[in-house]
Amino acid sequence: MTFALVVEQTLNGVQLGILLFLLAAGLTLVFGIMDFVNLAHGSFYMVGAFFAATFAQWTGNFVAGVALALPATLAVGIVVELVAVRTLYARDHLDHVLATFGLVLFFNELVRLVWGPEGRSIRLPVVLDGSVDLPLGITYSIYRLVIIGAGLMVALGLYILVNRTRIGMLIRAGASNRTMVGALGINIKFLFTIIFGLGAALAGFAGMLVTPVTQAEIGMGEQILIVALVVIVIGGIGSIRGAFIAAIITGLIDTMGRSFLDVLLLTVMSSNAAEAAGPALSSMMIYILMAAVLFFRPQGLFPPRGV
Amino acid sequence: MIKWIAAGVAAAALLASPVLAAEKIKIGFVTTLTTPAAAIGNDMRKAVDLALEHIGGMMGPLEVDLIYGDDEFNPQKGKQRTERLIKQDNVDLVAGYIWSNVLLASAPTVLEAGKILISSNAGPSQLAGKRCNKNFFNVSWQNDQTPMAMGEVLNRRGVKTLYIIAPNYAAGKNMVSGVERTFKGEIVGKDMTTWPTQKDWAAELSKVKAVNPDGVFIFYPGGHGPAFIKQYQQAGLEGRIPLYTVFTIDSISLPRFQQAGMEGVLGTSMTQFWAPDMDNPQNKRFVADFRAKYGSYPSFYAAQSYDTIFLIKSAVEAINGNIDDIDAFRAALEKADFDSVRGKFRFGNNHFPIQNFYERVVVKDSDGNWTTSVRDAVLVDHQDIYAKDCAL
Repeated sequence: MTFALVVEQTLNGVQLGILLFLLAAGLTLVFGIMDFVNLAHGSFYMVGAFFAATFAQWTGNFVAGVALALPATLAVGIVVELVAVRTLYARDHLDHVLATFGLVLFFNELVRLVWGPEGRSIRLPVVLDGSVDLPLGITYSIYRLVIIGAGLMVALGLYILVNRTRIGMLIRAGASNRTMVGALGINIKFLFTIIFGLGAALAGFAGMLVTPVTQAEIGMGEQILIVALVVIVIGGIGSIRGAFIAAIITGLIDTMGRSFLDVLLLTVMSSNAAEAAGPALSSMMIYILMAAVLFFRPQGLFPPRGV
Repeated sequence: MIKWIAAGVAAAALLASPVLAAEKIKIGFVTTLTTPAAAIGNDMRKAVDLALEHIGGMMGPLEVDLIYGDDEFNPQKGKQRTERLIKQDNVDLVAGYIWSNVLLASAPTVLEAGKILISSNAGPSQLAGKRCNKNFFNVSWQNDQTPMAMGEVLNRRGVKTLYIIAPNYAAGKNMVSGVERTFKGEIVGKDMTTWPTQKDWAAELSKVKAVNPDGVFIFYPGGHGPAFIKQYQQAGLEGRIPLYTVFTIDSISLPRFQQAGMEGVLGTSMTQFWAPDMDNPQNKRFVADFRAKYGSYPSFYAAQSYDTIFLIKSAVEAINGNIDDIDAFRAALEKADFDSVRGKFRFGNNHFPIQNFYERVVVKDSDGNWTTSVRDAVLVDHQDIYAKDCAL
């Protein structure tokens, strides 16, 4: 266990955390402010990935592909809000779950019709497609550094949006007391549409970033949505700051578990047992953390103020 | 008046008599036709369609009625689809199955119904050993065998330290135990990843870098293979540590690698029971017609599927279409009296093939397409190690 390895795994963990944050940010806003359970959030992650793959192919450039895919995913989010989600606010959570689960199936089938069953990949520009030598003898994938950088910039942008702008003030107010915001004459419907679209675009952006590493495929959103739900529960529902910190913690725990848990287990048990227990335990660790948070601090680590 | 009556009687007779068509053999073929892994299923379907074309849709006196089933890359869905084939479509025989976990979940449904089950790809150790069944046949290989051949190749290459990364499911475990059985050097690291959800190997690749082994052994079938190799390249490991694979680089992924300009894949070595350039009449016809019809090289999945149809045909012909006599049908299948695209083919006691395994290398063909080419045999007339646990 060298120092370089620890640094590298920390970078890996932060990179995973950044992706989780992009997904969790929208989810936590929609859940916290609109009190709306959106299982279809992962579908925007998938749609964003497919848009980026197609646009990148058309333009021959990954960055241009993302630049086009972002507004497209935002538009999909707004349309979904106007057509489907808007009619559901007055209903209870079970109806939200049923309806958005239906949306998940709808989007999976739609993507299958439009793009076919086999998924799409994105070819990175040569500059990004390789590794770079960092100090301390660390070699790291350039593109993963780009993911970290892009994610941090988005996080900063969100911070400014939420804390320094009028719309952000409304979002914060909405997270603390939704009814009061409406009572003060704010067009809450418009605010909801904006938040929903923004959340969709953020999830789509995460999908766009991950596609050059893996590939765009049907159902890619469902698996990561579960982890994103864990993140918002840990961070406190409705809190962007909580989502960010919890996402980074979750990313780090998952990566560190995969990296070092089997080595640690080897010191207390036989190698066969450690080999079997290592992967099982490391994939459980984030859920154990969530259970602990729910037990000791049910409102999450950083709940929005005024709740 | 009489004319009318005669016509009426004739019409009634037509309605009452059974349709005078050839009798049929209904074959269910379960594979993956949706999700990114559908690329494999479609390749298998192409090969089955080609085989049916080559045999004129007939097996002896029986007309073939082939029903495809989609397992959606999911053991539960595969089992449900298999149940529907058995109970609703009432098939005579079920074949196909890419994934060991899908096959393990589905096998009891077919075998408890007393029907023949033929695996065209998956070869889990369970069904080769203690849980072998008189009605189960495999036309591909037992999972452990191909990596056992790879272990031998590693020894010959003088690889002393090896890092293993494979998915944590039935086939992945078999692949790892296979290479561990024959590899004589030291295994300096091993990661079993969640299947099929984990498609990011950042943490594992960082560990590889830190350990710096002589070689890395992986098993990632389907869409996972290209994703892994892409990340291997992005992490800067390509060209530094040689990558040895089984069932990861195939005719389905090679065009993708070529499109992506990943030259590092050329020359990489794997082990396999078959390659498109194997020299026998059956294989030449298969590969030439497959390429003419579909414009790409067939994968090993396709080769096995093609063999599946010819194996069934040989047995149906031997018993003159009397497939209801299951004992005679089974005995005819056991003889494996057909021309396999891999050349020599015979079944062992557990109904798994006893066959050669070769080293296979990625090359450019005369037109510049990337394909695989067969090299020396690594394991000759090899039977899987679980056969001794099978009571058959």
